[in-house]
This record gives sequence, structure tokens and C-alpha cells, in this order.
Amino acid sequence: MTERKTIATTPYTIGVAPFRPGDESSFGGSFTEKPEDLNRPDPLKCDSQDTVNHASGLIRVMDDDNKAKGEWNPKLSTEDMIQGLEYMMRLRIFDDRMLKMQRTGKLSFYMRSFGEEAIAIAQTMALETQDWIFPSYRQPGAQFVRGRDMVSMICHCIGNTEDNVKGRQMPVHYTWKEGRFISISSPVGTQFSQAVGVAMASAYKGDDEVCISWLGDGTSAQGDYHYALNFASTFKPPVILNVVNNQWAISTHKNLATGGRTFAERGLAYDIPSLRVDGNDFLALYSVTKWARERAGAGLGPTHIEVYTYRAGAHSSSDDPSAYRPDNEFECWPGGDPVERLKLHLIEAKLWDEKKHAALEKKIDDEVMTAYKEACEFGDLASGPYPPASTIFTEVYETVPWHVQEQREELGK
Amino acid sequence: MTKMNMIAALNSALEHQLERDENVVIFGEDVGYFGGVFRVTAKLQDKFGAHRVFDSPLAEGGIAAIAMGMGLNGLRPVAEIQFADYIFPAYDQIVNEIAKLRHRSGGEFTAPLTFRTPAGGGIKGGHHHSQSPEAQFTHTPGLKVVYCSNPYNAKGLLTSAIECNDPVIFFEPKRCYRGPFYGDPHNVPTWNDHPDGEVPDDYYSIPLEQARIVKEGSACTVIAWGAMVHVSEQAIKDSGIDCELIDLQTLVPWDRDTVVNSVKKTGRCVIVHEAPKTSGFGAEMSASIQERCFYNLEAPIIRVTGWDTPFPHTTEWDYLPSPERIAEAIKKTQEE
Repeated sequence: MTERKTIATTPYTIGVAPFRPGDESSFGGSFTEKPEDLNRPDPLKCDSQDTVNHASGLIRVMDDDNKAKGEWNPKLSTEDMIQGLEYMMRLRIFDDRMLKMQRTGKLSFYMRSFGEEAIAIAQTMALETQDWIFPSYRQPGAQFVRGRDMVSMICHCIGNTEDNVKGRQMPVHYTWKEGRFISISSPVGTQFSQAVGVAMASAYKGDDEVCISWLGDGTSAQGDYHYALNFASTFKPPVILNVVNNQWAISTHKNLATGGRTFAERGLAYDIPSLRVDGNDFLALYSVTKWARERAGAGLGPTHIEVYTYRAGAHSSSDDPSAYRPDNEFECWPGGDPVERLKLHLIEAKLWDEKKHAALEKKIDDEVMTAYKEACEFGDLASGPYPPASTIFTEVYETVPWHVQEQREELGK
Repeated sequence: MTKMNMIAALNSALEHQLERDENVVIFGEDVGYFGGVFRVTAKLQDKFGAHRVFDSPLAEGGIAAIAMGMGLNGLRPVAEIQFADYIFPAYDQIVNEIAKLRHRSGGEFTAPLTFRTPAGGGIKGGHHHSQSPEAQFTHTPGLKVVYCSNPYNAKGLLTSAIECNDPVIFFEPKRCYRGPFYGDPHNVPTWNDHPDGEVPDDYYSIPLEQARIVKEGSACTVIAWGAMVHVSEQAIKDSGIDCELIDLQTLVPWDRDTVVNSVKKTGRCVIVHEAPKTSGFGAEMSASIQERCFYNLEAPIIRVTGWDTPFPHTTEWDYLPSPERIAEAIKKTQEE
């Protein structure tokens, strides 16, 4: 064998996370990108080459002074903005309550959307009610926008007698037909190409429906991500494909899992218009999604979006991030806190104040507490009651086959 | 000897392999810096360097294919699939490529590699964190399939799996990582008080293809693997019947002689696994046993398994074979 003559100091490249425990994290203050940097191309005339700068830059609306600026300003009504703020506050308070339930043994597991509340909420608000939602773990907030009752959501997480999926799934794996919200799947990424299929069916039937899906920066390594982009590029169905780049896939920083440039730029190679957006900027998220919805609705095909954000909390209730990243990262994340930013924007515009905010927080807190108590009346994980064991055997097939029926009788429940 | 739980025992096996063979590399999702979500690879990156123990992108199909490539070019990769339920994106690479490489290259190429993967239920994991998919691999010629059950055999079997020149799928019963599981979710013992929690610090191996007789007996042979070994042990106690308990350890190729000799002696047999019944590995064993023990059998062979349904979340104790169900099957073999 001839020995390799190389200038590399290691056999192959191993990526490095920017900061590890013991380091002081710093992301250089605020974003260098400004809301005025990027134009808003005409969605009905735009092709992928018109979005080259949008895929490498960062679409923002709320500037560091909390004012909305630039062509991407969606000029949302006060009512819509306060509604969005309310949904985000609700999700955060709901998540905190659920995590407490998990810690006291009333839930087996939980995942919060902490720091990423704006994403599903702003994006779902920008869609039509008939549009389909194929979420990843941190998009349960879409259900608030679609009007799902919190008691129903908590009953699912507990897996009690009122759980609409009958105790079959882990908590947070919501599925809700009325809201066109398809079940999250633990083998992550599978939903991304399914969403393209749903969009093709909508196009086939001639229905005005768009399908939106999200997956994480880590999951974008899965084949399903690349299948989705290639099928979407080929058939151009009405689909919005989002990579939520929150920097961390459990303990694996994105630097250890891709050598690419921005995630958004990958879409350009598939000739899909591709945007990179500040994922903690509610108004920017709303705006890019509205833009993508307009293209999709007009029959112009897919849009690929990188949602640039930070996973503020642990991956899940089973995870301890202090083992692999410094504790202060979210505090110095340039995108800040999405809830706080929209709040400050509203206050800056004199449409909101601290007193109203505190009153709303109290109101939501009471509602979440009431919903929690009501849900627990249908059973909690620690003490039951649980769905009957017969639910193990039903809905495996359309009708129960003889061999499954025999097993059900053998269990005798 | 040191008291170890299964995580520490597996970690010890990996450490010895990294020390003994510079071609051993370890990778998978979160296995590097963090040391794995179950901490099986903890501290190995610090000791052996990031090019030998590293975090991979989140892509099981990629992990499998990269392992094959490394294996056929002289390395001995040990890749972790974070949950056995996540192995299916890798299924094509494992079944069509890795399993057939030696055969379809006329023996010119081989890829010695090991996929470690936590499997089985009992952790409230629902259908995507609880499955036990061993039969999906026992049905694939070219793969060896191993299922450990305690710290001692976990270390010894993993050592043999890594040293094996054939590809090995190595299942770890995650419910037993920190202690044996006797079928009662409220009883959570550790490995501290269990004889198989005594693990030599030094290198050792347990040969593949050998079953382990956990307990000798004369009235019925009970065969199990993974967590079900301990549940069966409890069931045997509860039944009060003098059973012989066999921990199969390696499923392909399985130790037919040990099993057949036992069934010839007892004339009765119960096979226990947590995977669904239809096309489960118990079906293969049952058929093979009756082919060789037909005239010795005093009663039909009974399988006690998970149901032919997806694995549930809230009601998992009604899904997993319980000591009661196993004990009932043992008693039934005595009636005929």
C-alpha cells in the first residue's frame, strides 16, 4: 500500500460544536443581516435563481429596535399579532405544565417547543384552514391555531381514557384529523416525503390545499428529506418544506452532521425557490409562509425554507443538555426569545403593554390549569384509569382477523 | 470482578476492543461526545479519539452503508442504531447489501461489522421505542443475530460479535440496562444483587452459537431471550414446576443441540418472546424442535409472545408476555 500524503492532521474531518460545557457561548451579539437586506420577489414570477440571496442570507422583519421593517413586513393586523402572541404564550405555559406533569410521574415523557414557539404558530396562521400539516416534534402549536381543545391534547399526552389515539402512542405524538394534523413519528423525517404525496393528491383532485411539513437540521440527513426535495422538484405539487435548523439534534450539533453551507441553499440545487428565515421572528415567519402559500396555491410548486433558530430546552424529558452544551446559549442567541420579541414589537408600536401582558399570562395560566385538572379526571399515567386493553387489538386492520381475535380472547380483557 | 450494569458491561467490551484492535471504530447518533443516549459509549471518545468514536449524521441508512464500506476496506466498525425501531431505514443496506456481500462476491469481499441496538419494551416507549425486530433479521441469510440478557453475557457476547467476521445484529434489551426485569413494572431491582451483575474487568468472550442453561429442570423446557429470560425465570418460580430455562443468546445460528437435548429430556416446551407471534423466531424454533423431538414430546409446544398488533403505550403490560401467561403455558404442558 502506498501511504497517503496529506496535509490533513486527522484521518477524516470530525466537525466541532461551537461551544461545549465549560465554554462561554457567544454568537457575536445581534444578527449582521438586516430586515432591509433582502427584497421580496413576486411570488408568482419567482424561480429558484431569484432566491439565491434569500437562501444564503436571512429574512428578517423585526429589527433590533423591535420595529417591523423591509419588504417582507407582512403588515399584520393588531388583532392577528396579539392572537399570535397569545398562542405562543399559551404553548409555553402549556409546555411548562406538561413537563411538571412528567416530572411528577403523571406523563411518561414530554417534549417542549421552548424557544421555537413562533414557528408552527406563525406559519399555520399564514395558511388556510384546509391546508395539511405534517409536523415534527416541535410543531404542536399548530393545533392551537386550528382550535384544538387543550383537554384533548393533555388527554393524549397522558394516554388516558379520553386520548383520541387510545393510549397507543407516546406523549406529544399528536394526531388530529379535524385539524388536518398528521401524527408525528419517532423515526424522524418520514413525514417530509409523505407531505409531498399529500400535495400531489391535492393537485390531482384539483382542491385548493397546500401541505406544509417540518423536520430538523439533524433529520435532514435522512433519505426522506432528499426524497421529498427531489419529488417536489420533479412534480411541483403545492408543498412547503421547512428545515427547522435549531442547531442541535439531541447532543449532535449541526456542525458534526453536515459539511454543507446553509440548509436553505440545498433547495437551489433542486431548482426549488429557497428562503432562509429568522425562526424567532414571528412576522418574518408569517411573511415567508404567506409567500410560499401564494406560489403553491397558484400551482407554481414547492418552496423550501430553512427556519433558523435555537433549541432552547432539552431535546426531551429524557435528555440532559448540560452534558454537551453550555447553559447560557439561548440567552445569547442573536434571534432572542420569539415570545419576548413579538411582545416588545407590540409594546414599541404602542399596541400592547406589560399590564395587559401580565393579565393575559394569568388568564392562560388559569385556563391551562383548569384544562389540566379536567384532563386528569379521565385518568393519569400514575393511577389510571387507562384505555381498555382491548384497544391493543382494534384498528390494526379494518376488521379484526381471526388470529388477532383469538389473541384478544386469550388476554381476556 | 466488578459490579456492573449492562451499560457498563457493554462499555467495557467496547473499550477492550478499541484497545486490542486499531481497526475497530464506533459511530452512530449521539455516541461520540455525549456517549450515547443510553451512555453505552460514554468516555470512549475521550480515551480513543474522535476519529475512532464519533457522532454520525442522523441517518440509519447512511450509518449502515458507511459501516459496510468501512468493513469491506479493512476496518471493523461497531455502529449503534439508537433504537431498534429506527433500524428500518437501514434495512435495504443490511438485507440486500451487507448480508449478501460475502456470497455475491464469490467470497472475495466481506464486511465484518456489528450493529448494536437497544430493543424491546417495558419503558413506556409506545410502538416506536419498544419493538423487538429480531425475526426481521433471522429471516435474512448472511446475518448473525445475537440477543444478550444480562451484564455478564452482554460483555462476552458483544466481544465475540465484534470479533466475528460475519455481520452481526446485536440486540440489547433496554429494559434490562440497569437491572433485570421480572415482569412487574413496580419492582425495579438493579444488577447489584444479581450474580450476572458480577463482570470481569478483563477481556473475555462468550462464543456465539451457544445457548445458556440458566436453570436445570426436568418437567418442561422454557426457551427465551433478552428481557424475557428474567420474566420466564419469575414465571417458573410462580408455577412451582421444575422447568429447565434456556437463554438462547444467539438466534442465528442457534444452539439446536442444547435445545433439542433439553426437550428430549423434558418432553415439553414453552417458547417465550416479546415480538409478535406470527413469523416470530419462536415459530422457527417450534418447527425445528418438533422435527427432531416429535416422538419425545408429551404435549404440544406452546409459544407465549407479544400480540400480533403494534406495541402499545399505556397498556404495555397487557402486551408483553407476563409471568402469569408464561406460568399458565407451563402448567398447560403438564396437563396433556
